[in-house]
Amino acid sequence: MGSSSQNQDALIVASKVTKSFGDRNILHDIELSIHQGQVVTLIGPNGAGKTTLVRILLGLLTADSGSVAHQEGLRIGYMPQRVSIEHTLPITVRRFLQLANPHQPAQIDETLQSLNIVGLQHQQLVDISGGELQRVLLARALLRKPHLLVLDEPAQGVDLAGQAELYQRIGDIRSERGCGILMISHDLHLVMAATDEVVCLNRHVCCHGKPEQVSNDPAFLDLFGDKVSPSLAVYTHRHNHEHDLTGDVKESGLD
Amino acid sequence: MIDSFAQLLSADFFLLALLAGLSLALVAGPLGSFIVWRRMSYFGDTLAHSALLGIAIGLITDSSPQLSIIVSCLLLAALLAVLDRKPSISTDTLLGILAHSTLAIGVVVLALTESIRVNLEAYLFGALLTINATDLAWVVGVVILVGFTLHRFWNDLLSTTVHAEIARIEGVNVDRLNLILILLIALTIAVSMKIVGVLLITSLLIIPPAAARRLADTPERMALLASLIGAASILIGLIGAFYLDAPVGPTIVVCATLVFLAIFFAPVGQKD
Repeated sequence: MGSSSQNQDALIVASKVTKSFGDRNILHDIELSIHQGQVVTLIGPNGAGKTTLVRILLGLLTADSGSVAHQEGLRIGYMPQRVSIEHTLPITVRRFLQLANPHQPAQIDETLQSLNIVGLQHQQLVDISGGELQRVLLARALLRKPHLLVLDEPAQGVDLAGQAELYQRIGDIRSERGCGILMISHDLHLVMAATDEVVCLNRHVCCHGKPEQVSNDPAFLDLFGDKVSPSLAVYTHRHNHEHDLTGDVKESGLD
Repeated sequence: MIDSFAQLLSADFFLLALLAGLSLALVAGPLGSFIVWRRMSYFGDTLAHSALLGIAIGLITDSSPQLSIIVSCLLLAALLAVLDRKPSISTDTLLGILAHSTLAIGVVVLALTESIRVNLEAYLFGALLTINATDLAWVVGVVILVGFTLHRFWNDLLSTTVHAEIARIEGVNVDRLNLILILLIALTIAVSMKIVGVLLITSLLIIPPAAARRLADTPERMALLASLIGAASILIGLIGAFYLDAPVGPTIVVCATLVFLAIFFAPVGQKD
């Protein structure tokens, strides 16, 4: 995950991060760094400590030991996993975005346009669909012009077609803005194509590297089973894909 | 005696009461909205009940009742903020224990200090018509302070309320804002005690925003409407109580409740 010389220009560097909740050891000796323009994806089974690690990196939680260093002046845009909006609080999409940047209407317009959600701006936040909410949260994260974008399961509640589009959009954001991106994802097949580095987490870093490497790593196969491996290989590039009756992605569109 | 409506409106006691009530409504709207949004109404109750203990302590130590209420409310607010970070006991239970124990201790202490005769009912249900110029000055002072602080931190307070973690990452000092909000609530409750009493203060804070919710599409409108509904309830309650010869505090709360029910059960389609 990069030598120490690479780490000097890293946006964020975690070193030997360890965290337990009570007797449960959640994270052990985690090493992780994210650089400008790099997309890092955290994958791992439920309970692997992905969200905990992200919260520690963000400074929302403190590690029991180890260190997390942010680049000086680092601005982070954060899209949390679950957002429950209080029903007693009336707030439109636009007003919600203004919370990040109250006095920049032009920037809000621009961000709404780039994510194709201009039409949502006067709707109540509690009334929009899960997929729409994910876009609004992404817009909020982008409004701060972040150096690092942190996305906790960004495609949650988004239908499959929307997911492919969302990951495409995330890839575009990286190339347009040159920011680093850290995301947690369960959508193994979709996410791999847009990722530079995959970190497979199960309380410790099982394996990491380029998607192609990781998908053949024994530690990865141990965790996810060899069933997913072919589909990962398929989707290292973005394709139009087909759905089967259950909505799962069929293994088609091979190069 | 007062025979005509005009005489009532120009009577000193009425004007003092009205001014105090309307000033309170001004900040009770936005502050109460935060209590509703953050589901803190039980917290408000606890602070209000503890104010009775503050009064008892004030009487024993012969210090200004306003000051002793404010100090006790602020102390309890700080205590709650500290205890809340140690989740060994649920917040709900903690508030329940503190709310009722402080109320009970307050009543017992007041009963034991035989040398001082106090009208317990006035503290429990308010005595708006006995408000004097000093009381009014306290109310207005606190309203200005609370109003200014709310205005100054409005966007950050709102951001923290909508999603604390996003706010924190965007650089908002969430812990400080939570403390500020608690202190503002404590201050407001302390000075509004004479208006509606410890048992009814929270209702004056939460009923108007709850009523305003259905009519509002932004947080600012909800806060503003809540202030208007609160002010109307105080005006109508004050006049109504006088003519019905009913206690003022409860009459005001009844008015607010009627407004809430009217809006709540109004046919759909009235929204926006």
